[in-house]
Amino acid sequence: MANPGGGTVCNGSLHNHKKQSNGSQSRNCTKNGIVKEAQQNGKLHVYDKRIVESFEEAPLHVMVFTYMGYGIGTLFGYLRDFLRNWGIEKCNAAVERDEQKDFVPLYQDFENFYKRNLYMRIRDNWNRPICSAPGPRFDMMERVSDDYNWTFRFTGRIIKDVINMGSYNFLGLAAKDNEYLMTVKDVLEKYGPGVASTRHEMGTLDKHKELEDLVAKFLGVEAAMVFGMGFATNSMNIPALVGKGCLILSDELNHTSVVLGARLSGATIRTFKHNNIQNLEKLLRDAVIYGQPRTHRAWKKILILVEGIYSMEGSIVHLPQIIALKKKYKAYLYIDEAHSIGSLGPTGRGVTEFFGIDPGEVDVYMGTFTKSFGAAGGYLAGRKDLVDYLRAYSHSAVYATSMSPPIAEQIIRSMKLIMGLDGTTKGLQRVQQLAKNTRYFRQRLREMGFIIYGNENSSIVPLLLYMPGKVAAFARHLLEKKIGVVVVGFPATPLAEARARFCVSAAHTREMLDTVLEALDEMGDLLQLKYSRHRKSVHPKLYNETSFELKD
Amino acid sequence: MDLQRVKEYFSWLYYQYQIISCCAVLEPWERSMFNTILLTIFAMVVYTAYVFIPIHIRLAWEFFSKICGYHSTISN
Repeated sequence: MANPGGGTVCNGSLHNHKKQSNGSQSRNCTKNGIVKEAQQNGKLHVYDKRIVESFEEAPLHVMVFTYMGYGIGTLFGYLRDFLRNWGIEKCNAAVERDEQKDFVPLYQDFENFYKRNLYMRIRDNWNRPICSAPGPRFDMMERVSDDYNWTFRFTGRIIKDVINMGSYNFLGLAAKDNEYLMTVKDVLEKYGPGVASTRHEMGTLDKHKELEDLVAKFLGVEAAMVFGMGFATNSMNIPALVGKGCLILSDELNHTSVVLGARLSGATIRTFKHNNIQNLEKLLRDAVIYGQPRTHRAWKKILILVEGIYSMEGSIVHLPQIIALKKKYKAYLYIDEAHSIGSLGPTGRGVTEFFGIDPGEVDVYMGTFTKSFGAAGGYLAGRKDLVDYLRAYSHSAVYATSMSPPIAEQIIRSMKLIMGLDGTTKGLQRVQQLAKNTRYFRQRLREMGFIIYGNENSSIVPLLLYMPGKVAAFARHLLEKKIGVVVVGFPATPLAEARARFCVSAAHTREMLDTVLEALDEMGDLLQLKYSRHRKSVHPKLYNETSFELKD
Repeated sequence: MDLQRVKEYFSWLYYQYQIISCCAVLEPWERSMFNTILLTIFAMVVYTAYVFIPIHIRLAWEFFSKICGYHSTISN
């Protein structure tokens, strides 16, 4: 999980790739980052967006201090483990039973060491229970620990109105909203909450059919199928699409559900560097030329697995180039739009609308309803014969309980709101508000001098913290100021790149964002987090000296 | 007022040291142990510098001046 292209700001990265890739996309011509794909299927696709992504590298002293901090933590970890082993200190962690002491040790690998000695010290920043709907503000239960985070107890107090910068609530539809939830209440009263069956048996309801037709219409594809759980959509359906003798090319930063599904399928998996089109092309060429490993037969299928927005980096997939590659080498494309559906594109239709690509070009669309629609579950969409095949052969359809009816109704009403089918433009306003909030938030953070990863249009904003001590201090101080953030460290991110991940929402008002930005400014100065080299000066000039003329 | 600012600045500096070296997440007895060890090492470094650096500089100066003096005696 290396830091890709460190130190470069890709302005118009398509232009840069064109210089290096010698006609790999011979039908594209670039001109200052403007790509025009040649006529395909009689339609002229014009993609005129410049991709602005940056993954700035930190200054050297920051990396040195980060590793030093981890080193000191590790030394103290060894000391504590020694004390625990020799019985000088009481061991609160999991330990084998006395009879099993001579077996192969269970808790000596690095993950367990890290969890016992490093994670446990700052564990109070994760798994914090909340006790209200995850809207733009929420209530959190206060908890304290008496023995340095081994056990917690609730004081009984509730911290009210904490600003929510962590929930995946991109369009603000996850809030309790009495007026709009009337239909959900009616469906709950009519159908009840449980389905008590799988799709193949008695679990296919008319609500599911209504929802699937709506999802197909929303995405502009022929058919769709919905499942009860987003993680299970990936992990249970990729095995139905590929098997032994197929090749999977997956991005190195793909989500665990995609990786699990790929491994379960039994196909050969090769990873390409994050968003790196040259690497992907090289792998495709090798696959087509050399075939399967020993027999050199042709691969039965080549499937490219990518995500719309990557949740830890905030980067957006370079879709036009991947589509050009897949057409040239005759591969299939599976795109996981968990974070990008509802939040990218002028009307929220996802990453294909963002790039202006015809929806028929991607073979399999996958997405979840957890993020932008305020519900739970996932969908798979594409051509009708693909979806009909999945209805019969998907593990999830045969064995997993289908989606609950009130949740299906919540998705139906959210989707109708976004599409404008309820007669108002409120949905479209939410999508535009999200884009505005995203741009404002990212621009202000960049001006302040923080290192932010990812594309400027993605509503996931990772702010790099690097040092483990700062991670803990950041989360605790912000909670004192009544702002709830999610901080992520190893193993979800590389060891030296701990970060705080903000999820901007359409429900955040300008005042809330300004409150958060002020608090971040203060935190940045207190904890010295403003590492970026592109920091604007503190006192901007009010006028341009050279054009100032004295009037007599 | 200046004394207050200086004290604030030093406490901010101490806080930075605590965060960067993970002292902020260590338990109090670990913190004191770490600080003690660090101060001991630092004291030893300072003592060694105080005792040995003047002597080393003087010896180096003599060594180099002897070479230059040797040269000058040769050239004469």
